Amino acid sequence: MNAAFTAEELQFQEDARQFLEAEFPKDIRAKVEQRIRLEKDDYVRWQKILFEKGWAAPNWPEEHGGTGWTAVQKYIFAEQMARFGAPEPVAFGMKMVAPVIYSYGNEEQKKRFLPDILASNVWWCQGYSEPNSGSDLASLKTSAVREGDHYIVNGTKTWNTLGQYADWIFCLVRTDNSVKKQEGISFLLIDMKTPGIKVSPIYLIDGTPEVNEVYFENVKVPVENLIGEENQGWTYAKVLLTHERTNIAGVPRSKVRLEKLRALAAKIADGHGGALGDDPIFKKKIAEAEIQVLALEYAELRALAAVSVGKAPGPESSILKVVGTEVAQFIDELYMELAALQSLPFVPDQFTEGFSGEEVGENGEAATALNYFNNRKASIYGGSNEIQKNIICKAVLGL
Amino acid sequence: MLQDSVQKFVHRHYSFDDRSAILESSKGYSEQCWELFAELGWLTVPFSEDDGGFGGLATDMMVLLEEFGKAMVVEPFVPTAVLSGGLIAALGNEQQKEQNLVPLMEGKLQLAAALYEADGRYNLASVSTIARRDGQDYVVNGGKILVLNGEAAKQLLVSVRTAGASRDEQGISVVLIDSDSTGVHKKAYTTVDGHRAAQISFTDVRVPVANCLGTEGEALSAVLSAVDRATLCVSAEAVGALDMLLQKTVEYSKTRKQFGTAIGTFQALQHRMADMFIECQLARSIVMMAAMKLDSDIPDEEKARAVSAAKSRVGRAIRKVGQEAVQLHGGIGITNELDVGHLFKRVTGIETLFGNSDFHTARFASF
Repeated sequence: MNAAFTAEELQFQEDARQFLEAEFPKDIRAKVEQRIRLEKDDYVRWQKILFEKGWAAPNWPEEHGGTGWTAVQKYIFAEQMARFGAPEPVAFGMKMVAPVIYSYGNEEQKKRFLPDILASNVWWCQGYSEPNSGSDLASLKTSAVREGDHYIVNGTKTWNTLGQYADWIFCLVRTDNSVKKQEGISFLLIDMKTPGIKVSPIYLIDGTPEVNEVYFENVKVPVENLIGEENQGWTYAKVLLTHERTNIAGVPRSKVRLEKLRALAAKIADGHGGALGDDPIFKKKIAEAEIQVLALEYAELRALAAVSVGKAPGPESSILKVVGTEVAQFIDELYMELAALQSLPFVPDQFTEGFSGEEVGENGEAATALNYFNNRKASIYGGSNEIQKNIICKAVLGL
Repeated sequence: MLQDSVQKFVHRHYSFDDRSAILESSKGYSEQCWELFAELGWLTVPFSEDDGGFGGLATDMMVLLEEFGKAMVVEPFVPTAVLSGGLIAALGNEQQKEQNLVPLMEGKLQLAAALYEADGRYNLASVSTIARRDGQDYVVNGGKILVLNGEAAKQLLVSVRTAGASRDEQGISVVLIDSDSTGVHKKAYTTVDGHRAAQISFTDVRVPVANCLGTEGEALSAVLSAVDRATLCVSAEAVGALDMLLQKTVEYSKTRKQFGTAIGTFQALQHRMADMFIECQLARSIVMMAAMKLDSDIPDEEKARAVSAAKSRVGRAIRKVGQEAVQLHGGIGITNELDVGHLFKRVTGIETLFGNSDFHTARFASF
């Protein structure tokens, strides 16, 4: 692991920058800058541009369409993406189900599903959590009973993000009740158009219907949609969760947000004739966040270095999840503090495409409290931060 | 007695569902509830007996507001009765009091104080809204942000500069401006915590000089005192809301089962709830301290210092208890359907209102 980039890496950084400058659609970039919520079409359009370039899935093996980049290149690319405010490809297809399919699926499944994920032709969502199975995910009860060539699925999934857009859902389902809870779970792919599926929005406190409950009533799923072996789903899911956790550190995004925060603070009046950016208390808070991000960045680089010499992402990835989400939430707090009284208006329409009314506040100030509220989810999802600490206790510290 | 009366009111008229319906209504608060406030005498609580009130004790307001906080009452008690009413009581002449305080206490007049400006942050002396004298009128130009109850208010109490430069402590006056005056433009909105507010601009608004409250140019100290009393009130409201967050979290931890047992049996979570309890108790204690100081005969500066101490410390409790309540509830804690998310939003709003912890810590240190 080197602290400085090589000449090739610097060239790659420049290539990535030029690509984003030229190809990241200006209208989407403007939306991101004005904090307008992106729609399905924005994500898909951008992901298809990445696909055309061959850069849609840096983490995939090359044989399935991955970029073959080194860990450092992936890192550089992620940083450039964040710098332009370019959204990461929606994780559910690209980063979550695809690794399970190419690792544990059969050849036919790989051929059937991976190309459409890579080209963003199909939108995937996740069916893991249930109303009574949150942190204790393995206690899930949604059942899949084999009847001839089909499974009959019954149950309820919750915290399903953006399922309203989805074509397919990957689910953990119970296929055996007679064994230890982790041993009776299977990994099933389900077409959202199948009769018996109902998607019902859950409104969050920021006013958005970002998540859903998904109800399954006698949903017939062909057995060929089972990934790997029956009752091995928990093993596959755990691998997937480790991938999810490494993606969760969000260092590039946090760095860019802190840079922008600093720039905004330099412009915003402190009410006493100076700028907030010169206020010693606020300055200290930004500095603390920057230091935490630096420590996190090098923790991530160490984890990446371990992966690059052939080790799977280990329980150390829990560190990235805990610290990455906590620092992001701290940055949310700083943005809210920066906006002060202008963080209080609840004007979600102002951040929806097509708003033409009179705006309240500047620089997206009125979005800061909403972001703070919404992003409290980050320490809850992907295995809550309490669960991550359990993992560290058991798998690392041997407690 | 006051506590008992609010608890009865909440029990009868202010369930979570009642409140949700009120939020959806066009005014954003309930006129029936407001009438009840008047009937029950609550609108007289902020005022001295000389002004026809119940006594004006901060300790009484604390009791009232704490109960409001538990139920997340959205009726504009603080903007109308404490903040605007307090300014009129402090600065107004007999006629101005007669015309405003009497209908206010009868529940017939809504008021709002327009004190904060976009580039002033929390500094109440940062006043760039200008009132230029023209014959027997002022001509007012400028703008205010986050005017609580600005939409419903019939009269606005606006801090204006009648002399000096934009952050001078001298030269600030408070004028009563009729909401219907030509040149008053309101952009009304709901706040993140379910209250109504407005951003208001004034373009060549003509106001009779007689509408100035108190001596021209000398209003700042009264503004600061009125805001301090309002700050004490929202801090007390937060104390009630934080207690409720703790109570809801403890209840939930006893019923939510994961890994075959109630999550409240996990020691890691128990200690976090114990920490929440400690925060709630410290918040209550320091607000009580500030309320007692406001009711005593100490100099204004000491009162201000006490209020800043309270708001600063309550702000810290809000961060901690609010975030932990949500985290311990998990995803359900950030949904609209549960009261916990709404309590979290209200206390977060209060954290910013009238200056956040950093502002009040610095103010505490400045005396």
